[in-house]
Amino acid sequence: MSYTPHEILHRSTAPVTIDESKCIADKGCTVCVDVCPLDLLAIDVSKGKAYMQFDECWYCMPCEQDCPTGAVKVDIPYLLR
Amino acid sequence: MNTHVLEYDVVVVGGGTAGPMAAVKAKERDPSLKVLLLEKANVKRSGAISMGMDGLNNAVIPGHATPEQYTREITIANDGIVDQSAVYAYAKHSFKTIEELDRWGVKFEKDGNGDYAVKKVHHMGSYVLPMPEGHDIKKMLYRQLKRARIAITNRIVATRLLTDAHGNVSGVLGFDCRTADFYVVRAKAVILSCGAAGRLGLPASGYLMGTYENPTNAGDGYAMAYHAGAALANLECFQINPLIKDYNGPACAYVTGPLGGYTANGKGERFIECDYWSGQMMWEFYQELLSGNGPVFLKLDHLAEETIQTIEQILHTNERPSRGRFHTGRRTDYRHQMVEMHISEIGFCSGHSASGVYVNERAETTVGGLYAAGDMAAVPHNYMLGAFTYGWFAGQNAAAFVAGREHAPLDHQQIDAERARVFAPLEREHGLAPAQVEYKLRRMVNDYLQPPKVTRKMEIGLQRFEEIATDIASIKAAHPHELMRAAEVRAIRDCAEMAARASLFRTESRWGLYHHRVDYPLRDDAHWFCHTHLRKDARGLMVSEKRAVEPYIVPLDERDIGSYRNLRIHADEKSQRTHTCALADASA
Repeated sequence: MSYTPHEILHRSTAPVTIDESKCIADKGCTVCVDVCPLDLLAIDVSKGKAYMQFDECWYCMPCEQDCPTGAVKVDIPYLLR
Repeated sequence: MNTHVLEYDVVVVGGGTAGPMAAVKAKERDPSLKVLLLEKANVKRSGAISMGMDGLNNAVIPGHATPEQYTREITIANDGIVDQSAVYAYAKHSFKTIEELDRWGVKFEKDGNGDYAVKKVHHMGSYVLPMPEGHDIKKMLYRQLKRARIAITNRIVATRLLTDAHGNVSGVLGFDCRTADFYVVRAKAVILSCGAAGRLGLPASGYLMGTYENPTNAGDGYAMAYHAGAALANLECFQINPLIKDYNGPACAYVTGPLGGYTANGKGERFIECDYWSGQMMWEFYQELLSGNGPVFLKLDHLAEETIQTIEQILHTNERPSRGRFHTGRRTDYRHQMVEMHISEIGFCSGHSASGVYVNERAETTVGGLYAAGDMAAVPHNYMLGAFTYGWFAGQNAAAFVAGREHAPLDHQQIDAERARVFAPLEREHGLAPAQVEYKLRRMVNDYLQPPKVTRKMEIGLQRFEEIATDIASIKAAHPHELMRAAEVRAIRDCAEMAARASLFRTESRWGLYHHRVDYPLRDDAHWFCHTHLRKDARGLMVSEKRAVEPYIVPLDERDIGSYRNLRIHADEKSQRTHTCALADASA
């Protein structure tokens, strides 16, 4: 008899959020993606906007600090808040 | 996944603090060299000082301190287990490093006469130099890297060092955490500057990445050095720091101390004489935390409004700038509430304690061609300025070492074995999630290794870590990012085993809380006034041995020897001390 392996994904609310009206990823900007020490941010190519892809935030803030348009906000992750 | 073979004279692994300095100084020593700075994140914002630093903790500046005095202070603060030649080499070079950083544009606090405004935080001497505008330090470093034409590769996770037939280091292996391409980087010398092992214990919050250290500093450097055969020194002298509870960043008593802030108990009273982080200080902190007077707080609520504004300005823009947001969320205002503190998870770090890869005063490890600098290199209490200084030493000495040397032939057996090991999680169809294995491993590190240390618990811990090795063999990574986390779990597991074995070897208590063994509660100088070195022997086994402390070059003053052992303020001193503090505050 064999059992089918099955994965369950954990749900989490991203502590880093983007004001999409300000984000200029569609113009080729990748600053927040570049500076994240943990490599957690990515560009959604369908929308041309940045987003947080992985839930491993150190709330260190280069993404927010270095964003040229002030589009990134870092909240303290819920578990520590 | 493709394989890339690169060739450089000197490869620096880790572009945080020590690494950029090492790369620049190697190139300065010999501009004809090809120097690569290899970084897991992006050198613009990587490492412990990604958001800057608010001050130097160990500045040895003429007129304020002498190299001899500093060497004496660190020898005593580290319970005598110090090779003074390494500390003294730092201390003599400290001011030269500051002047270089100053030239590069790093701003230090100066008084009205343009002299460095040094503050006293340590028990004996004055070594703290504030950097209220230290948030730009990474930008200065990046500019120097560009000016020196250092080759940089970002997002490469180094996993193993290549060694040649003589046991000398001959390159670095790793992979790209976005593309999963494999990298073979040939080198005549390698400098490891990969930071602390900061993801060893699990923070009390249970949040994996809520660590004191930048979580990219997962102990990769310790594991790579170990597998290359290098000796690691005094790993049982754990890093445990006093921190803001849950936020897990430093409370920065060093910054607030000179302005009148201090560490207090639940009654708002001082209980330690000196906020400088040492094992003994942590012991007193831990005792107070668990006592009826606990928990422990950073007390600022007695300070004047303008002083508080200055503190907020420094602490909420530097090093861990999200701190202000955390305080707002918890409704903590320095004016009205003390800041609740706690102790950090355990880690290895020589920047703050003394646990690291053994190096001498030339930043050489015990492996030919391998150098180490920064938090991972065992020069006790070396902090950021020590990282810059030993980066400098490592760069210059590595450049001298490679002169006239040829590349060793590539050892395809090592390369193939590592490629198979690294990529296995990506090739599995089903398996454990790296984050779950990491959580369990680090939770067990807390359960079995966190001081006070108990022999039987550490032995059980070793068994559990063996079982985790089996779990690691069935990790599945869904993409290159998870592959990076899988590689890190391996390094963390290696560090956990090293932490347990090193702690079991030293059958005494030393360094306050860092190595308090409940079943060997006393310091035993007759048997243990020595370093311990842990390494992988010829059979591949993890072994520990004693190594004599080098004869002191700066003799200790009998009167000073006990100073770090008597940090606790006793009841009869308290009323007098409160009075002194009030005076200090009035003048602030």
